[in-house]
Formats: sequence, structure tokens, C-alpha cells
Amino acid sequence: MKLKIIAVLALVVMIASPSAFAERNITVKGSDTLVVLGQRWAEEYMKQNPEVSIQVTGGGSGTGIAALINGTTDVANASRGIKGKEITKAKKNGYYPEEFKVAMDSLAVVLHKDNPIDSLSMKELMGIYTGRINNWKEVGGEDKPILRYCREANSGTYVFFNETVLKKQDYAADCQTVPGTSAVANAVSKDTAGIGYGGVAYFLTQSNTKVVAVSKTQETEAVSPVKSNGKVDYEAATSGKYPIARYLFMYTALKPKGEINEYLQWILSPDGQKIVEMVGYVPLTS
Amino acid sequence: MKDLVKKKHLFNSEWFIEKTLLFAGVSSVLIIALIFVFLFKEAILFFQTRPPFDLIGITVFDSWEEKNIFKMMWQAVNETPKYSLIPLVCGSFLVAFPATVMASVFGIGAAIYLSEIAPNKVRETLKPSLELLASIPSVVVGFFMLAVIATIVQNITGSKFRLNAFVGALGVALVTFPIIVSISEDALRAVPKELRDASYALGASKWQTIWNTVLPAGVSGISAAVILGFGRALGETMIVVMATGNAALVTGDIFSSVRTMTATIAAELGAVAQGSEHYYALFLVGAVLFTITFILNLCSEIVINRMRQNLRM
Repeated sequence: MKLKIIAVLALVVMIASPSAFAERNITVKGSDTLVVLGQRWAEEYMKQNPEVSIQVTGGGSGTGIAALINGTTDVANASRGIKGKEITKAKKNGYYPEEFKVAMDSLAVVLHKDNPIDSLSMKELMGIYTGRINNWKEVGGEDKPILRYCREANSGTYVFFNETVLKKQDYAADCQTVPGTSAVANAVSKDTAGIGYGGVAYFLTQSNTKVVAVSKTQETEAVSPVKSNGKVDYEAATSGKYPIARYLFMYTALKPKGEINEYLQWILSPDGQKIVEMVGYVPLTS
Repeated sequence: MKDLVKKKHLFNSEWFIEKTLLFAGVSSVLIIALIFVFLFKEAILFFQTRPPFDLIGITVFDSWEEKNIFKMMWQAVNETPKYSLIPLVCGSFLVAFPATVMASVFGIGAAIYLSEIAPNKVRETLKPSLELLASIPSVVVGFFMLAVIATIVQNITGSKFRLNAFVGALGVALVTFPIIVSISEDALRAVPKELRDASYALGASKWQTIWNTVLPAGVSGISAAVILGFGRALGETMIVVMATGNAALVTGDIFSSVRTMTATIAAELGAVAQGSEHYYALFLVGAVLFTITFILNLCSEIVINRMRQNLRM
């Protein structure tokens, strides 16, 4: 009997102890594009500040911002700016979202590596994703129907792509929605007629997909978000030469205080931005 | 005196147990009613901001074509959100219907074999293995379809979409199959032995007995099994999320990518702000789905009851 009590007590202490030591908790939720980077930041920061515990989860920018509005997360990751509608909703709940630009990201358009096409114009991309261009031969490729892969509607990438490339027109109805950028990479790598898009960092290590260069108009030169040595081209993103580059954001429900503020300041510091570079995004200092 | 106290105590505990069991008994009705009320209460709020006709389609200005176009689309996150249920209903039925047909053909066959033909020993191994099939988590089935079967199907049919309604239907058939088998088998076994004996006495062969006597007697039970299976197929979520490709198309092509009602709710509900139009729209999809499966289950219940009465004779 005594042994049992001791065992139970030991169990309770074991379960309770991590939370007992790391009393300062930060939850971060949102953009799948930012998950890897967010987790890297959290790991590094927790190493330096063992008293802080940070949980990072994905689900999409919309999910993160919805959680912020519903008060279930401290920080929302987003790969798009917060919408006016969302701000109104947040205010209704007594929150005043505060925006932090934490990194830049080039949105890569990817094809299967066997697809002969190396560059597309913004207009061609719009045609493909709105369903007006349906065969690869219409943009100079093989005679094959185009298979469009698209992110879930809750992702910031979906919204950003819709605004920047599609100019807010509807996606073609036959866009196949896949959960997450890695799922896009996976789908396109299996599909020789496929096209997909997502944060460029995800595609750097993929062997069966290739990132195409994108030109602003038919006449201008196409720019690739990746340098010839396989690294992300920072200059192309920050200078605006690559047309589908965007900021990545973190939002807090109110003006950040205490450990959340310290964490965000650290992310914006050279230490935090170094990790941006390591993960494959574009640091703000460049 | 002591005895009396004990009796009273016993009476009390019996009363308590009885009430607990009563509560357990009616709880299912209570839960259904609660879900019904909750679902419809939220769903109805969609009509605060949208006319009912938007559930069919919406006419919007198309900046490329430069004219107004009637669109039947589900694109809830957009400049002008579109909440047409047509592609979703279309997708759901394009998966559930073929799945039920496939599962029924094999399921009824298996049920006839199990109840009429199989020797006891064979049945003793077949039945548990069928139940094992039912115990495979649907996410595992979905993953199997996505990773293995989809490629095989595409290689055979040369279909444009690797993930399509047919691949989803195959997976869903796999989980509806055990349901159809077990209910149909019960129905066939409920056919009284006297009927079979009478058939044999008239000189009918085994096959003639099955076809002309047992099957007609059990047909209502079998149809109940098929209806229940169809309801299950409509409600299946994980497999269709993983294996159908999730393109909300209005189509009748079984090798096309589709998006079902269940997949839409599963993929989008986690991401919407509570109280938004999109949130209510998803509840509306849920309410429509619930209504359909509720009616299906009700039908099968009625059919089974009728069968029981007929067989009592």
C-alpha cells in the first residue's frame, strides 16, 4: 500500500515537474510556412532561456489568427497580413492585434523535374491557376493537361497567391487542395504534369521538383527565387525583382508584454534573424 | 426491524440503478436531439447574411471574361466567398454511391456464402477476420489508398488525377463492406429454417432454395444493410480527405478529383473564426449531411422492422 502511494506520488511529480520549472509559457500557432522556422526559434530561445517554454503548432495562417481572435493562443504566425474583417472581429472580443514583420519569403512555383518548362510569366501563372490555360503546350511545354495543386483555404499562402498572382479571381475548381507545403512538394514530385506553389525553403532539398523562374510580364526577364548555387536569392526577394515575395508576420492579441515581448525582440535581433537564414528564408537585415 | 431497514436500503439502491439504466437508455435520444438542435441553430445563422439561393450558386462579375457569370463553386476564402453546396454534394455521392455498390456486391455475396454455404469451420475463421477488417482505423485505409492504390489505379486507368473519387470509393468500400456483410448475414440467418425445409421438400436444389426462397425472405434486411452502408459511406471522413484529391468540382466523372462534404468540414472548420459566415456555412454543410444520413438510417430502421413483422408470420 505504502509502495503504491509512493509510486503515485512519483508519477504526479514526474508529470507536474516540467511545467513547474518552466512556468512561463508561450503558445504560438498558425502558418504552416512558419512552422519550421518558428520551431527553430523556439528551440534556440528555450536553450538560452530555460525558464521559458514555447509551443509552436501549425494549421495555417487563418487558423492562427482565428485562435488569436478566440483567445486560445498568445502569438499567431501568419504568412499574410491580417484582414480588416479579422481586426474587426478581434476588437469585438477586446483584442487589438499588434503586427510584427519577422522575415521575408519568396513563394516558389514548382513543377516536376521532368517538365521542360523553366520559366513562367505572372500572366501565364494567372491563366493556369484560374483555369484558362489547361494544357502545358499553351505555355510552351509538352501536350499534357495541367494538374493544379493548391493549398487549403486556411493557409496564408493560399490567400497571398490569390491576391498577388490571381488578382483575387477564383481559383480553378479543379485545383486539388493539399494540406501543407510539404504535401504540395510531395504531390508535384509524383506528378509529371503537376504545378504547385509554396514557401521556397521547402523545395530546396527536394530532388523531384524544380523551382521555376517567374517574370513580371511576358517581355521582362524571368527571375528565379533560388541562386544557381541552390541557395535562396535574398536580393531578388528584398528588391522586388522576384514578383511573388512576401513578408511573414507574427501577431499578438494586445501590445506584447513580459516574456512574449522579449521573445519577439529576440526574433528581430541579429541572433533571431541568423536562424531565418539557416532555415532558408530571407532575413530582414539583408 | 433490522431486516426492514435492509430491505428499504435495497429498494433505494434498486431505484437508483433503475434510473441510471433509464438514463443510459434515453441518453442516445437526448444526444441526438441536442446535436440536432445545436447544429441547426448554428446553421440557420448562415441565412442572416446570405440568401438560400447562394447554396446553389452565385452570379459574380468575372474580370477576365468581363461579364457576369453564374458560378457553382465552393470557395469560402475569397474576395466574394462562394458557398455552393452542389460540388460538395456531388463529391459526396460520387464517392459514396460507387463505394456502396462495390461493398454491396461483395458484401451480399459474402453474407450468402457465410450464412448458407460455408461449413461451420470456414465460417468460424471468416467471421472474425471480417470483424478485423472493420477494426482497421480509417486513417490507415486512407494512407494505404493514398500511397499505394492511387498509383496502381492511375497506371491501370491512365486517369488524369492520381487521387480521385474512385480511389476514395475503393477505400470507403473497404470500411462499409464489413457493415453490409454483418447486417445482411443476420438478416439471412433470421429466415426461418421451415422455409428452407419446405423448399427442399419440393425438390429444389441448394441454389434454387437460396435464390427463390432465402433471398426474397431476407431482402428487406439486406436492403437495410445497404442503406446503412450508404449512410456510413457518406459520413466517412478521413479516407476521403486523404484519397480523393480535394478539388471541389461539379462533375459526374468517377475518375475526377472531388471534395466531399465531410472533407470540407474537416479541412476548414479548424481554421475559421467562430461566428463568421464561413463558420455557419460549415455548420450548414454538417446539417445537410446529418439530415441525409438521418433519413437513410430511419429508412433502414423502418425496413428492418417491416422484415421482422413479415418473418414472424
